[in-house]
Amino acid sequence: MRENIIKVWKSVLVFLIIFLIWEVSVRVFEIPEWFLPGPVQIFREAVLSFPVYADHIVPTVILSLIGLAIGTFIGVMTAIFLHRIPKLKEIVYPLLIVSQNIPTIVLAPLLVIWFGFGMLPKLIVITLVCFFPITISLLNGFLQTDQELKHYMLMAGASSRQIFWKLEWPSALPSLFSGLKIAATYSVLGAVISEWLGAKRGIGVFMTLSSSAFQTDRVFISIFIIVFVSLLLFFVIQLLEHLVIHWQHIEDGKPNE
Amino acid sequence: MSKLEVRQIHLSFGNIHVLNGISFTVHDGEFVSLLGPSGSGKSTLFSIIGGIRRPDRGSIWLNGKNITGKTGLISYTPQTPSLMPWRTIIDNVLLGQEIQGYRDEKAALAMIDRAGLKGYENSYPHELSGGMKQRVAFIRSLLSPQSIICLDEPFSALDELTRMDMQNWLLSIWSEHQKSVLFVTHNIEEALFLSDRILVLSEKPARITAEFHVPFPRPRKEMLYLTDEFIHIKREIYHVLRGQLVKHS
Ligand SMILES: Nc1ncnc2c1ncn2[C@@H]1O[C@H](COP(=O)(O)OP(=O)(O)O)[C@@H](O)[C@H]1O
Ligand SMILES: [Mg+2]
Repeated sequence: MRENIIKVWKSVLVFLIIFLIWEVSVRVFEIPEWFLPGPVQIFREAVLSFPVYADHIVPTVILSLIGLAIGTFIGVMTAIFLHRIPKLKEIVYPLLIVSQNIPTIVLAPLLVIWFGFGMLPKLIVITLVCFFPITISLLNGFLQTDQELKHYMLMAGASSRQIFWKLEWPSALPSLFSGLKIAATYSVLGAVISEWLGAKRGIGVFMTLSSSAFQTDRVFISIFIIVFVSLLLFFVIQLLEHLVIHWQHIEDGKPNE
Repeated sequence: MSKLEVRQIHLSFGNIHVLNGISFTVHDGEFVSLLGPSGSGKSTLFSIIGGIRRPDRGSIWLNGKNITGKTGLISYTPQTPSLMPWRTIIDNVLLGQEIQGYRDEKAALAMIDRAGLKGYENSYPHELSGGMKQRVAFIRSLLSPQSIICLDEPFSALDELTRMDMQNWLLSIWSEHQKSVLFVTHNIEEALFLSDRILVLSEKPARITAEFHVPFPRPRKEMLYLTDEFIHIKREIYHVLRGQLVKHS
């Protein structure tokens, strides 16, 4: 606990130093505000224009959360399905790996053409980007199953259903959570990019509006909000992980047995 | 009543001949040890008895019924304790019953108590020492409904002192239950101290090369290790094992 606090403080200190260098450089080299505003200016603008961007935060957060939820659900279902039908997995898994290397986000403009500017194309984009890391990490998690335990259960007469729920699913939970953390970051990214393509409100919209008006300080504010929302999601998932995988959490606390 | 019969089991992995016509019987309430060098196919034989691997030839019989390839009829304890890290001790111990569709928590608590693990019911496996984990794995087998327990080198990972404690404990708790035990080990003393009968396996392709009836009365005490008779039989078995090795090299 104490070590963690020290770690956090070290990171905070690094950021403070970076901000300090940034502020000083901007003043010393007299960099124009539209090009690179200093942190002080950005902070002042963040306070002053709060009423302007406040309305933009909630839609993006909601969009990310719904997209993440749908993506997770579909990702988990796909992984379970493929795991239970090994023949299908043999065919689909290589495709999944290949498609993971394609930035799915490039499909966004196409989806806007097909589905318009509403909620639907945005949710499809987010679902697509979230679904791959979840499916792949969960499938890898199923492979982490302890083989001796599996032998034990099989000999004890366990059905494949019992083996799945009592052994394979809990074994895969740590992997699922690593996938979830990646997916959470992707979901915010997916939400912002799909908003760039067209939306009434959202951080993505606030960002493009500010950018085209050369209000660089507001662009920075959007960036900080996106970073903040992503981190927040990350920590919420980490908290969930600690609650769900309590046995590992305690294990980590011990150096080695 | 339970009687396990292993009849003429043959098995090869590709062109590696592992089991070469293994036959033996474990009678009701009997403690039988399989003694053999590592790599001779002991674990493989267990997977066949447990029904998760089919032999090339031969069959397994339980109480006069052919159970070759059938699971759920014997209780197996793997080489490592293989407890589920996400289950508490009591839930781990009840796993064998759960698979068969019931949970007898009262019996489980009594058994945990009997194993000297009182107060650990709601702990997780990583909080226990190696010997304690092995005891939990063994309780799990005892509580399972099957009447035959197969133990695969359960004490091989423990230090010498813990191992002796565990052997004493195993005997005392086994004597209270009417279960037959098939025990795999590569330790001669362990086999002698625990068993009614010892079957010596050769290197692969494994066959049973000798059988020893262990004459010592029960209950057995550690002092047994130091008696002349113990050392005499130990030497005899040693020569059988040794002879095999010499022939092979
Ligand atoms: N799935 C497998 N495929 C191929 N060879 C195997 C397999 N399982 C075991 N073997 C081989 O069979 C032999 C016996 O293994 P095992 O039953 O684990 O021996 P033991 O338990 O007596 O140490 C070993 O030589 C091992 O390499
Ligand atoms: Mg083995």
